[in-house]
Amino acid sequence: MKPSIGFPATLFYFTDAPFWQAFWENIGFNVVYSSATNKKILDEGIKVTVTDACVPIKVYHGHVIALKDKVDYLFIPRYMNLEKKETFCPKFLGLPDMVRASIPGIPKIIAPDIQLVNPLSRLRLCKELAEKTGASFARVAHALAKAGRVQKQYIKLLQQGYLPQVAMKLVKSGRTAGSPVKEGDLNIAVLGYPYQIHDAHISVNLLEQLKQLGVNIWTMEMVSQTMLRPYRKVMSKNHFWHFSNRVMWSLFYFLNKGGLDGVIHVTAFACGPDAMVDKFMELELKQRKIPFMPITVDEHSGEAGVRTRLEAFVDMIRHRRQLE
Amino acid sequence: MKISFPHMGTSHIAFKHLIEHLGHEVVPPPAPTSRTLDLGVKYAPEFACVPLKMLLGTYLEVLEKGADTIITSGGVGPCRAGLYPHLHQKILKDLGYDCKIIIFDPPLHNLKDFFSKINYIIKKGGKSWRQFWKEFKTSWLKLCVLDDVEILSHQVRPYELKKGSTTKVFKECLHIVDQAQTREEILDAKRICEKKLKEVPQDPSRNPLKIGIIGEIYVVLEPFMNMDVEITLEEMGVITHRSIYLTQWSRQNIIVNTEGSIYKTAYPYLKKKIGGHGINSIGETILYARNGFDGVIQVAPFTCIPEIVAKSILPEVSKDLNIPVLSLTIDEQTAKAGVQTRLEAFVDLLEQKRLHGGLNYARVSGH
Ligand code: SF4
Ligand code: SF4
Repeated sequence: MKPSIGFPATLFYFTDAPFWQAFWENIGFNVVYSSATNKKILDEGIKVTVTDACVPIKVYHGHVIALKDKVDYLFIPRYMNLEKKETFCPKFLGLPDMVRASIPGIPKIIAPDIQLVNPLSRLRLCKELAEKTGASFARVAHALAKAGRVQKQYIKLLQQGYLPQVAMKLVKSGRTAGSPVKEGDLNIAVLGYPYQIHDAHISVNLLEQLKQLGVNIWTMEMVSQTMLRPYRKVMSKNHFWHFSNRVMWSLFYFLNKGGLDGVIHVTAFACGPDAMVDKFMELELKQRKIPFMPITVDEHSGEAGVRTRLEAFVDMIRHRRQLE
Repeated sequence: MKISFPHMGTSHIAFKHLIEHLGHEVVPPPAPTSRTLDLGVKYAPEFACVPLKMLLGTYLEVLEKGADTIITSGGVGPCRAGLYPHLHQKILKDLGYDCKIIIFDPPLHNLKDFFSKINYIIKKGGKSWRQFWKEFKTSWLKLCVLDDVEILSHQVRPYELKKGSTTKVFKECLHIVDQAQTREEILDAKRICEKKLKEVPQDPSRNPLKIGIIGEIYVVLEPFMNMDVEITLEEMGVITHRSIYLTQWSRQNIIVNTEGSIYKTAYPYLKKKIGGHGINSIGETILYARNGFDGVIQVAPFTCIPEIVAKSILPEVSKDLNIPVLSLTIDEQTAKAGVQTRLEAFVDLLEQKRLHGGLNYARVSGH
């Protein structure tokens, strides 16, 4: 029987799952995902983490617990840098260590360092994966290349405007599709880390709620690398963190493109990087006089509370529009 | 130019020396008070770490006093500190302050930028590079002396006969060092201070507990932030030890350190540097355990990312090496009385452990 590898369905799941799934399958592993975040997962995660950890990290631990007795291995990559002059939130850097220290009785963790800044670091990744999985170097390299092609399709679908869950299904079925239609009358950029925005449990169904209010949603996944390029130098100093930069750069992209009615920033309670990102965003939008609303989510966020705030925000924008 | 800079422990005394001797007027940053913190809290993002808030408060206070230029350090991540000055600048501008913030990133990061900024400061003060180098060396000496005197005060205080006597002398010492201008005067000041501290009446027969202090640099160095954790413990008759000093890279044997780098020590528990002092907190705890310390106290700002990672791993270290660890999370609501109580309880626990040699006392308490 094929060995199974557990993949917690959060954090880099929303951006990179198709890639890793293709990789593992190509070297003969069976990928097992945890289910979408739910109350049980969150509660289990809260139990084993320190109180001041952010919700996404608590949730991640919950996903690990949900998987740990079902798989032979756990895949907890250590995302370090995908580009020069960038890294990830320190909690990503210490993720495998935190999980190992906090959850007793877990299967063997495969935690390669994800560093892709130059050909040498890519080679090193191949080597590490080969060592840790027992597959040959050639097989690993081949599987990674194949995974890269799958990922490309996935990213293209995201850029077309599909949300990750839908895009993943489309990739799997191998179908191509036209872009989804945007029917709303308002255009709002919903910015924040993919593991907050696209996790319906964490974001208390925010995207769906906005859709029901007649809003077209624009997220950072819809902006391609190329489209971002001109905005990589507009800040006096870039952030250190991969996702935070993407959030800021796509903000500038959307602002420049025009036609935006407002911006919502979804951030986790006590998130370190976001304390900075959010303030930079607020000051920028204040200067440009564009409606802005931060939404802070934590383990106690309720759908009703968020709904009220969203309604008020959308009403305010519509009202403003009438006055113009 | 009227120059100011952040307040961190006793270092402002040396920075003041440097900038004054470069021909500038200095607006010395006042020791932080609750007003400073309130100011910072008011205008900083809610989840910013408390150092960011405190620095913002300090800047607002020195701007009120007429400073027009602030010199501060940057950083290359992965933690937030490197972005502080950029955010501070935006916030201050939004509040209507038009001050200049000169940010020094680590020289190895961008040598040219580093030198051009120094050059700017030197030329504005009408000095030469040669003079700069001389003043820099003197100021560095002053910084080292300040740290030396402080280290000695930590060694004396647990043995003092009269509570508070060391702190009183230490304050006098700071004044003496502050007054010293030339190399010779600074070295004299050092001798005088050492003598004064050693003359504090002591009871050498005590056998104090030993506690290591780890955590994030700003809250470790700024007594107002950490609720005087060192003084409080030492006045309870405990020896404290910390390895964070601004002059630390020039001294060896901070902890009896024969086992190579701190990163190697931490490796079994944390495999990568995570920014801030995260990995140091793990490595130092291990070293304290190996060197016979009775306990470790981690001081960390609320929402401090690297320290949260460290805190998640510390219980395991604590269990494996049987060394109790207490985590103190600091934010604007932290009250001195609360901290005092927790410190007393922790010291009690350590005394019990020492008496009964008990195993399984190891634990980490949360927020
Ligand atoms: S970026 Fe924020 S939300 Fe994400 S792991 Fe770090 S602290 Fe948590
Ligand atoms: S180490 Fe902690 S306190 Fe310092 S900048 Fe980073 S998050 Fe803030």
